[in-house]
Amino acid sequence: MKKLSLSKLNELFSALSQKGELYIPADEKNGQAKFTLWQEGLSMTENLNTVRSAKDLFFPQVEQMVDFKVSGKEIEIVENRHTAEDFIIFGVRACDAKSFEILDRVFLSEPVDTFYKERRDHATVVTLACDKPEETCFCTAFGIDASNPAGDVSAWKVGEELYLRANTEKGEKLLSSLNLEDADESAVEETKAEIKKTLEKLPFGKLNLNGFDGEHLMEKFNRPEWAELSEACLGCGTCTFVCPTCQCYDVKDFDTGSGVQRYRCWDSCMYSDFTMMAHGTNRPTQKERFRQRFMHKLVYFPSNNDGIYGCVGCGRCLQKCPIHMNIVKVAKTLGEGEK
Amino acid sequence: MTMRRDPLIPVVAVVTDIRRDTPDVKTFRVVGLDGKKPFTTIPGQCAFLSMPGIGEALFSVTSSPTQEDYLEFSIKKCGCVTSWLHAIEVGQQITVRGPYGNGFPVDTDFVGKDLLFVAGGIGLAPLRSVINYVRHYRDRYGKVDIVYGARTKDDLVDYEEIKNEWCKEDGINVHLTIDIQQEGWDGNVGFVPNYVKELGFDTNKTVVMCGPPIMIKFTLAGLEELGFKRDQVYTTFELKMKCALGKCGRCNIGDKYVCKDGPVFRLDQMAQLPDEY
Repeated sequence: MKKLSLSKLNELFSALSQKGELYIPADEKNGQAKFTLWQEGLSMTENLNTVRSAKDLFFPQVEQMVDFKVSGKEIEIVENRHTAEDFIIFGVRACDAKSFEILDRVFLSEPVDTFYKERRDHATVVTLACDKPEETCFCTAFGIDASNPAGDVSAWKVGEELYLRANTEKGEKLLSSLNLEDADESAVEETKAEIKKTLEKLPFGKLNLNGFDGEHLMEKFNRPEWAELSEACLGCGTCTFVCPTCQCYDVKDFDTGSGVQRYRCWDSCMYSDFTMMAHGTNRPTQKERFRQRFMHKLVYFPSNNDGIYGCVGCGRCLQKCPIHMNIVKVAKTLGEGEK
Repeated sequence: MTMRRDPLIPVVAVVTDIRRDTPDVKTFRVVGLDGKKPFTTIPGQCAFLSMPGIGEALFSVTSSPTQEDYLEFSIKKCGCVTSWLHAIEVGQQITVRGPYGNGFPVDTDFVGKDLLFVAGGIGLAPLRSVINYVRHYRDRYGKVDIVYGARTKDDLVDYEEIKNEWCKEDGINVHLTIDIQQEGWDGNVGFVPNYVKELGFDTNKTVVMCGPPIMIKFTLAGLEELGFKRDQVYTTFELKMKCALGKCGRCNIGDKYVCKDGPVFRLDQMAQLPDEY
């Protein structure tokens, strides 16, 4: 365990930025927080609940894959893949740190997605204990301890100090390269206990997920309540775009006039053309599309991933859905817990 | 031959032959720029073909792995990429990546079995690779029956090969049918599911089926009436795919991804899954 006076946070950011690009959550002009490339003068937001997670840094919303040159009947493939340099993400919440593990299960399982791996391998993740959860937060329902976040390095704000603990080799390397004071782990115990007390009070924190075990797939799929739950869904896809674990993508070509760029971009199972083929679609109404999103997170994903849910309780979709439908309502309606 | 280092990046290949099978189906012969087959396959596996700027789409490989010189794809004109393919000439370069999917269990479950192939329309394309594989290793398998139907006789894919090769081979019985009576046709008239029932096969056979979902549904009902069990029936599915690596999310049905857990499924396995196909 290491420590640093919070008054020297700017110096820490400056030192970190010498090691590679540094991203911190910072307030935008519209008052919303976003992971932003640090440069002198940028300060960290007090609001850790960024509009989107730092997912973009591993899996950008749009990513070039390959270029083609076409002349007559001939095609030339021009590899132009992004090569990542080491970078640091500072101030990641426990829920978002967990979401990276979920994305790893998708992109790093065989056959490995080399575009994602390239960025992931070069990243060092510094988490920050979450002392200001919002009332839409329910990470505790997924066994995530926001008072003791994972990541390569975990950090806590305690009074006027910042405490840092390395969890991985990458984290050790980072901390040992910085000029930090030694500290005792016990210094953060009180802060942890206080955060736990706050987490206890989260209105959805005790969301009961009994019955979502990947075992009762057809029973859950055939529940009549899907019709009512999905009735008002606009299919806008906002929930998927703010979700830290959503990873569906599209592959598209763009003709630049002098060549063709093949890129991939985020997509959403909530969209009507997601599964559309020349002969039709297998999910013709919003009910099937809505059901797919929640079945995937609560049933299909756990079934394939040792019971781990495809949701971390970050609460973003609860805040942003224009019709106030969300995974908490779905789980309460279809689960075995209290309604 | 192995897959390239990055499974999302294709290689350039060239179309060396184009055969018109039906008014809306053409068969394309594809080789690498080195003149060799781009990769080896298992019958039933698929590959992505693309033209930069037009798009990329997944097709089943219709040639058998025993064909060592090239890959063949029988493609129906029905969308953006397929319309472009139907307009090209021999010598056109395209991109290809693959192979993807599990393929049919030709070297395990099928060995020693009497095989009944049931196909409708372009559904013959993936089964042709299995049929020609079975013909190549004829003594590994029992009797072979092929029931194949299309709207009209002009819509039968690979009619020349069927007539001149399959029909003439010992131990292979080909049963062709078309939907409505047509001049110059002396074969059966009627839909595939009814024809299968009329032919009344022994229930010891392993069934390999591909066609429109409605054909599969009614043929399966007919086979069950005859006494077949779902675990004797294999089929192959087609869903929208972008990566074929189990990551883009499109072909997810229940806890399966059709691209990597399929596209070949035994029908008793499909009974555990939502019918979103």
